[in-house]
Amino acid sequence: MEPVQPKGIKIILILSVTTILLSLIACKKSPENVGVPSIPIGLYASLTGAEASFGIDSLRAIQLATEEINNHGGILGRPIKLIVKDNQSKAGESSTIVRELISREHVVALLGEVASGRSLEGAAIAQKSGIPMIASGATNARVTQAGNFIFRTCFIDAFQGKIMAKFMNSLGIRRVAIMADISTDYSIGLAKSFAAAFSALGGQIVAQQNFSEGDKDFHAQLTALKGAKPEAIFLPTYYTYAPLIISQGRQIGLNIPFMGSDGWDSIEFLNIGSKAVEGTYFCGHFTTDNQDPTVQNFVKAYYQKYSATPSSLSALAYDSMKLLADAIGRAKSTEPTKIRGALEDTKNFPGVTGSITFDKDRNPKKPAVIIRIQNGKFTYLETLSL
Amino acid sequence: MELAQQLINGLSLGSIYALIALGYTMVYGVLRFINFAHGDVLMVGAFAGYYLAPKMQDIFGRWGTLPVGMAVLFSAMFICAILGVLIEFFAYRPLRKHARLTVLITSIGVSLLLEYGGQILFGVNVKPFPDLLPTIRVPLGLGLSVSSNHLVALGVSGILLLGLRCLVLYTKFGMAMRALSQNRDAAALMGVNINAVISLTFATGSALAGAGGILYALNVHSIDPLMGILPGIKAFVAAVLGGIGSLPGAALGGILLGMVESLIGGSAISSYRDAVAFGILILILILRPAGLLGKSTPEKV
Repeated sequence: MEPVQPKGIKIILILSVTTILLSLIACKKSPENVGVPSIPIGLYASLTGAEASFGIDSLRAIQLATEEINNHGGILGRPIKLIVKDNQSKAGESSTIVRELISREHVVALLGEVASGRSLEGAAIAQKSGIPMIASGATNARVTQAGNFIFRTCFIDAFQGKIMAKFMNSLGIRRVAIMADISTDYSIGLAKSFAAAFSALGGQIVAQQNFSEGDKDFHAQLTALKGAKPEAIFLPTYYTYAPLIISQGRQIGLNIPFMGSDGWDSIEFLNIGSKAVEGTYFCGHFTTDNQDPTVQNFVKAYYQKYSATPSSLSALAYDSMKLLADAIGRAKSTEPTKIRGALEDTKNFPGVTGSITFDKDRNPKKPAVIIRIQNGKFTYLETLSL
Repeated sequence: MELAQQLINGLSLGSIYALIALGYTMVYGVLRFINFAHGDVLMVGAFAGYYLAPKMQDIFGRWGTLPVGMAVLFSAMFICAILGVLIEFFAYRPLRKHARLTVLITSIGVSLLLEYGGQILFGVNVKPFPDLLPTIRVPLGLGLSVSSNHLVALGVSGILLLGLRCLVLYTKFGMAMRALSQNRDAAALMGVNINAVISLTFATGSALAGAGGILYALNVHSIDPLMGILPGIKAFVAAVLGGIGSLPGAALGGILLGMVESLIGGSAISSYRDAVAFGILILILILRPAGLLGKSTPEKV
């Protein structure tokens, strides 16, 4: 007869062996340049989940920037070590991984995020820990209000709302309906700033309908909007929802222009929306049509590495890494407080999304571009500033 | 006028919920547990349609769009039927003698497996669902109109619901299924092949979910691996609303839920759509614990 081993003990044994193995793997140091310690910089992004395309675009551009910096001898003679964590596009994940980046990886600065909600999570922790953070595409005003350690490379929602109001006014549109996603700070903020600016210009918001994360069927809201007889619909949402809403709108016979914000700026928008999104407009941060050599070099390098054209979010993310490297160089130190000081003093930094100077709220001052969807492509229409 | 338009929208959405709800209620009828993986079978059906549509276009394209649409629909239903049988065989059958709670938890596991397996297999990004049929607005007069996709959803669901009703009432399999839902042991003693009937029940329910997946995808124009969660939950609510275990109840619950959602969705409180829908569920369950058409039976637990 074999000795009987209770099942419970077996499980505990297996579990403890796995834990030990896992901790061994975790402790294993990756080989580095001997002698020169690298500068650890953390990136948190949505590499999987609903907004995966945003996160991947950012990651690619930041990897490109890192490579370029390291190939030119790094900063202060030290290479950058980029540590990347994925928040799966989920609310609540970012705070966990940002904590991990700060306490376990000892990063001196943070990059991220594209979404405002998730940037707010990271910003609160970065501010508390005294680690400077540069958000790339997070356009909600509250992000940099988290404190003096938080910066961004994009313009803010209030600005986008005002730009779109100005743009629609210039087209002679007087009656606009709004459809917003009430589960994101981004969409709510934009809808509000747009409504205020458009009313101030003498326009009329004839109806507003909302939806929340996960909704797929928008026929009910769109039918209600159609009843209010608008001349255009303002749709400040991400590319995951906008093309669905537009297609369903076309299906119920809403053949008026839809107007969006930088959240539309993804190739996925065109893939999902195909013919339905033709003749729609949005305001963005960046266009590859810009003939500035800085921009053209970036577009070329990006294309060589990834065989794809960079999106606005790639451009913003690229700027955030280059801006950070520039600040570390000027600070002549990797001390987080000194990096913060140097970031604040940034003057006319030549980024691919325009020249960056921070205002007192650590937001960059720069214009927006209006993009029109024509023949299945994003085409540059005009540059607008307030 | 807008109210009538919203009711038309709701009827078509509701008919899709009804199709999915039937799967929940059929499985509950024979096995007395909620198959939480049912919503994800819908997702698999939609993806089957997505990948098969171009192939079917090559084969049947020369006879027009209708044969293509029907081929896609039937092949997605067939794939889902096989998937349902496999899920039952590998995940639920070994647990047949265990407590119902064990099977329930397993079904949540299967659901997660399909969702995240789908993310690996199909990718995480949202994909555009092809227009299987040309979309047009069909005018109904009085300023009302309905999209052809909505009509298709309504028509296909209606035919499938009728078909299911005939299957359950007038065939040997239907009789065996009803016998099983009344008393499994007695049915077995009377010579009913329990395993075969359960497999067929899963096949039928999953095929309906597959059809629901195609119709849902046609209406929302996009698919992704997590798309089954929300309609799955809604259909479950519809099944409970109508009285779980009752087939006409599931159909009624689905249509009711679709209409309520459309009406709330188009009103000033559109963001509370789900809250109101679930609030109604709670209210009905307080007033009629067995659901609208359910028979209240003494609880055996």
